[in-house]
Amino acid sequence: MDMKRSYYEDVQLFTSGVVVFWFVALLLFLGLLPFLFKNYYVYVANYMAINVIVALGLNLLVGYTGQISLGHAGFFAIGAYGTVILMTLLRCPFLLALLAAALIAALFGFFLGLPALRLEGPYLAIATLGFGLTITQVIGRSEFFGGRQGLHTPELWVGPWHLTTDRDFYYLLIPITVMLTVAARNLIKTRVGRAFIAIREADIAAATMGVNLVFYKTLAFAVSAFYAGVGGGLYAFVLRFIEPEIFTLLMSIMFLAMVIVGGIGSIMGSIVGACLLSWMDLQLRNILSIPYLGDWLETLSQSYFSITGVSNIQYIVFGLILILIMLFEPLGILGIWLRTKRYWKTWPF
Amino acid sequence: MSFFKVCNLSISFGGLAALNDVSFEVQKGQIFAIIGPNGAGKTTLFNCINGIYTPDEGEVFFKDQKINGLRPDRIARLGIARTFQNIELFNHMNTMENLMLGRHLHMKSNLFRGVGMWGPHSFAGQEEIAHRRKVEEIIDFLGLQSARNQPVGGLPYGTQKQIELGRALASEPEFLLLDEPCAGMNAEEKQDMIFWIKDIQDELGITILLIEHDMNMVMDISDHILAINFGGMITEGTPSDVQKHPEVLKAYLGEEDGEGSA
Repeated sequence: MDMKRSYYEDVQLFTSGVVVFWFVALLLFLGLLPFLFKNYYVYVANYMAINVIVALGLNLLVGYTGQISLGHAGFFAIGAYGTVILMTLLRCPFLLALLAAALIAALFGFFLGLPALRLEGPYLAIATLGFGLTITQVIGRSEFFGGRQGLHTPELWVGPWHLTTDRDFYYLLIPITVMLTVAARNLIKTRVGRAFIAIREADIAAATMGVNLVFYKTLAFAVSAFYAGVGGGLYAFVLRFIEPEIFTLLMSIMFLAMVIVGGIGSIMGSIVGACLLSWMDLQLRNILSIPYLGDWLETLSQSYFSITGVSNIQYIVFGLILILIMLFEPLGILGIWLRTKRYWKTWPF
Repeated sequence: MSFFKVCNLSISFGGLAALNDVSFEVQKGQIFAIIGPNGAGKTTLFNCINGIYTPDEGEVFFKDQKINGLRPDRIARLGIARTFQNIELFNHMNTMENLMLGRHLHMKSNLFRGVGMWGPHSFAGQEEIAHRRKVEEIIDFLGLQSARNQPVGGLPYGTQKQIELGRALASEPEFLLLDEPCAGMNAEEKQDMIFWIKDIQDELGITILLIEHDMNMVMDISDHILAINFGGMITEGTPSDVQKHPEVLKAYLGEEDGEGSA
């Protein structure tokens, strides 16, 4: 039995000195990363950090509250377009625009949460899917949002600093990611988070204990959409150009895959899942230039599939990896971690 | 002022009358038992009281306030808690967290305060500590120390029943609905449960509405009994009165075939 000395130990951020050590080590590593690696990897890190933010938010909804969303690319788009438009039209400073756009996404999340009060499982999935598709259609057909031509992001100033390179942006992005991670973790350890989990586990019982289902379900959607909105606003400045084609259904499914591959209902799982899938996504784009494997895949695809099969063979490999992960580790990376931890706890016995 | 009153309650599901014109009154401080064969409508009655179902007709009053039609969480806020016949715990949470959810109504941390839990002196940190203390009292009361940090889904059935009782108690109710608290328990666990129910009445002063099939237990601890069958009331009164009622005997022991003794 683990001994606890105070009641607060159950909820505190750092449960032991070891955890503090690793946290500080991680922060140091993140701080020095741009000096240790090539510029391309800073870009990869930015891409990962944004996906971590979205996966965290989606996990609050899917993993902790037990609702589903196939429309998170919609919130992501609202965050991206909201930030850019607020900056160009109203001359808002970046951080204010980002916050405002994320709040707009949260408002949409609240409205999307309303049908969730009556819908469950596959029915809710279809409703949220409809939302995601609608958002891209509306944006794509409206001149205000730049239509199919898309929008260029304005120059990025944060206070007196002019952020031009990936490295500059990295130092803005990482603190935001760390803050949102700690926020999500605090949230699930306190009253509101417990209400979320209670709804997932037994909603009737939660209601009879005083949890307002209407409020907490819509709140979970709003918080989740807020995270996606922040992610979207930041993503616009990684790409420096946004168009409706980016925010597809595939993107929503990728977000969901990050949560599931990482481990449902786990903060650490979201982080690992988002990093792994972002990395795979970026690396598999170059799969054909890998020596031997690339050639082999190309021959394979040319002899058995049409020539066009070559261009998206990355998705086939991607899908295959996802199937394998789910087949051998249904709990995702989290499951592997739990087993390793249990193994070493009793090692060498 | 009446403490709790049900007036002419009726509800039917697709033509089947689950409850038909049920009326009764519970006095403050009582243990009030509802008995009846399976399918008599006992659990339906509970679901009408705490807002899971809205009755077709009739009214429910708690401390002279009409509560039928209110949402379950509003009713919980008034001080009515319950347990379930088929345990409805939060399986992946540990015992502590299950009981902490029972404190939900008494806690104030909202989204922003929760997110801003920076250390034990923050608002949410303070609140967690204060309510953990309360929960610890209930853990002591029910002897759940060994289950404290275990996810409840994997605990034995009897322990889960206890935790459900603990969760209801954590919300500090004035009126507690217990749906078959002893179902599926062995003799020893039953004795403990009876002991706790008496303690809840005597020491915590909580009024209890109880559904139970174990006649010995019901006769032993109840102050007042209501017998129902096929959604209608058979009789009500003190345990000794109800025990002798011919309809109750018929419902529980079956009818004599009327051909005289063999």
